[in-house]
Amino acid sequence: MSTVAAPALPEAAPAASTSPGLAAATKRQRRLAYGQAMPLGLVFLVFFLVPLALTLIVSFWEYNEYEIIPAFTLQNYADVFDGCLSGGDLCTTFRTYLSTLKFCLLGWAATLGIGFTVAYFVAFHVRSTAMQTVLFLICTIPFWTSNVIRMIAWIPLLGRNGLVNDTLMSLGLIRTPIEGLLYSDFSVVLAFIHLDTVFMIVPIFNSMMRIDRSLIEAATDAGATPWQTLWNVIVPLCKPGIAIGSIFVLTLIMGDFVTVGVMGGQQIASVGKVIQVQMAYLQFPAAAANAVVLLGAVMVLIAALTRLIDLRREL
Amino acid sequence: MKTPRLSRRTLLQGAGAAAGLAAGSGAITGFPAIIAAEPVTLRYLGTAVNQSGDIARKVKEDLGITIEYIPVVTDEVSKRVVTQPNSFDIVDSEYFSLKKLMPSGNLVGMDAKRIKNADKITPVFTKGEVAGKKIGDQGTAPKKVFYLEGQNSTKFAASPTEWITLIPTTYNADTLGIRPDLIKRPITSWKELLNPEFKGKASILNIPSIGIMDAAMVVEATGDYTYPDKGNMTKAEIDRTMKVLIEAKRAGQFRAFWQDFNESVNLMASGETVIQSMWSPAVTKVRSQGVACTYQPLKEGYRAWATGFGLPKTLTGKKLDAAYDFINWFLSGWAGAYLNRQGYYSAVLETAKAHMEPYEWAFWMEGKPAEKDIKAPDGTVMEKAGAVRDGGSFEQRMGAVACWNSVMDENTYMVRKWNEFIAA
Repeated sequence: MSTVAAPALPEAAPAASTSPGLAAATKRQRRLAYGQAMPLGLVFLVFFLVPLALTLIVSFWEYNEYEIIPAFTLQNYADVFDGCLSGGDLCTTFRTYLSTLKFCLLGWAATLGIGFTVAYFVAFHVRSTAMQTVLFLICTIPFWTSNVIRMIAWIPLLGRNGLVNDTLMSLGLIRTPIEGLLYSDFSVVLAFIHLDTVFMIVPIFNSMMRIDRSLIEAATDAGATPWQTLWNVIVPLCKPGIAIGSIFVLTLIMGDFVTVGVMGGQQIASVGKVIQVQMAYLQFPAAAANAVVLLGAVMVLIAALTRLIDLRREL
Repeated sequence: MKTPRLSRRTLLQGAGAAAGLAAGSGAITGFPAIIAAEPVTLRYLGTAVNQSGDIARKVKEDLGITIEYIPVVTDEVSKRVVTQPNSFDIVDSEYFSLKKLMPSGNLVGMDAKRIKNADKITPVFTKGEVAGKKIGDQGTAPKKVFYLEGQNSTKFAASPTEWITLIPTTYNADTLGIRPDLIKRPITSWKELLNPEFKGKASILNIPSIGIMDAAMVVEATGDYTYPDKGNMTKAEIDRTMKVLIEAKRAGQFRAFWQDFNESVNLMASGETVIQSMWSPAVTKVRSQGVACTYQPLKEGYRAWATGFGLPKTLTGKKLDAAYDFINWFLSGWAGAYLNRQGYYSAVLETAKAHMEPYEWAFWMEGKPAEKDIKAPDGTVMEKAGAVRDGGSFEQRMGAVACWNSVMDENTYMVRKWNEFIAA
């Protein structure tokens, strides 16, 4: 790219004093750079910034059963936080976010634990590159079927008369079926782990493969135990991978309402569900207000994560 | 106070027109009448319930009109009518949605003079009665929203006019589905839904406007409170109803909520629930899997619903004629018989009757024991000879309607409360 611009420079520059020529060259280069960034920028503008701006605008509009009215109001936000300042019982929004946050933490901790272990095994214990590739591909197999099918597959397994309960009962381990297997927090977290662990494995594995193996040798030579090597060498060097994986998993769980709905038997609150119900009743401004609040919450979460790690430097 | 409102409205109309243009249909100039000889295609927007390949095939055969189904969920029907009125040629919508559809001005009144069987449409719709007996009209009873003041009016007329909002396709009366093999005792009242005996084994549907009505039926059944109109509660009544639901939920009454047909079938067939709000075809589906399931008539009555055909304002020319032809065909019997055989009720009973065998009519409509095996439209045996339809005859069933699906005036508040219930 710069090579295209470069040949033109010497001819234009020599006669005049060097500085304006250089300035012109930089300008051209900069314009070129902007030109190159333009396609992505446009896509970003049309499919991200404009809808986002519209959502923000609509969240301040009034509405009724059949129309949205472009007049400024804060009522939608007041409705979102209705009863939140009165104390006493938790308001719907806080309760919903708390429940979502709980799933975020549980899902995040579980996928991180499993994801790190799997990635560690594939990256450090498997010797041949071919085997690594094969095992890595195996990790993606769950993605060959759709999200919803993978969720629904759990239902006959976990149900009151499902496989798990049947097996346990026939083994004589339990007398009455365990009710909490399905349509509970447990089944929701289980589904999240099933769906999202790959998003942890991939970036962590990627970070691990970049670690210079001589660093580990050096640690061993210096007398570090395997645990010390893991904690003091590998984990810090995997931080970007962990951070990226965490962002994936957290944002996925934050906005999810299908999994919570299907696995939670539709009776566990999630922010996405609230928005969906409002959309269904043509309450677009209220849904927009909720979406803006959700966006804010996700951004706070990500800001906190990037506080821990300077992603750009690490990459 | 008045001026800003007016300007807002004009602004919205402008936005609406712009949206129409953007959709690429000349919302402003109207469609030019297409006189070309090519066959007409009607884009039919509605829920999957009334959309069947058999009907489309038969229409093609009889009228040469191609029906292109756009199957969406109930909420999506309303959303499309309000936001994209140019994306369909005929809509099959629920009557209760009309309160939010008509004010949008996107649907027009249908000319009763062009509907051959208009005066034969069952009085359930036109007068709110069956066999001369008044039926419950709480909620959005079709008779309240059946007529418009004028073709382009957005106001419902109190007395019959020439302009009909929706021409009925199907309607029915819903109740609770139960698993008699697991409950092992007779169920006669709505209050059993929240009976602690079925703790962790009950379910209601997670569609706020319908779920709250089922809850209201329970509240009335317990004798706790009698609503002036279950289909149009005040804020205080919504609070009261939701409190009952929230208490039941916190006590672990519900196993799960369901939102679509298949979820309700799975819950019931797998034995996760033994009592729940249900739709009639879902009960049939459970039974067809070999699992005992009853659509239980209850002494407090039924919650009814009805759907019908509406026409978008933008429809003109050949397509408009085709739409009227299709609707006339729909009321002429074949389709009505087809729907009656699935357990729904059709709008014009006498034409449907002419297309059904006497034993079929006796089973489906008169509540008599089946003389022969009752077959589904695809030929499979639905009920063995001797079976009796749940809820008895058409008159017994529609006559026992307590309320209709509705949109409340306090809809926004109700939806907020419902979200609170889910979060409880």
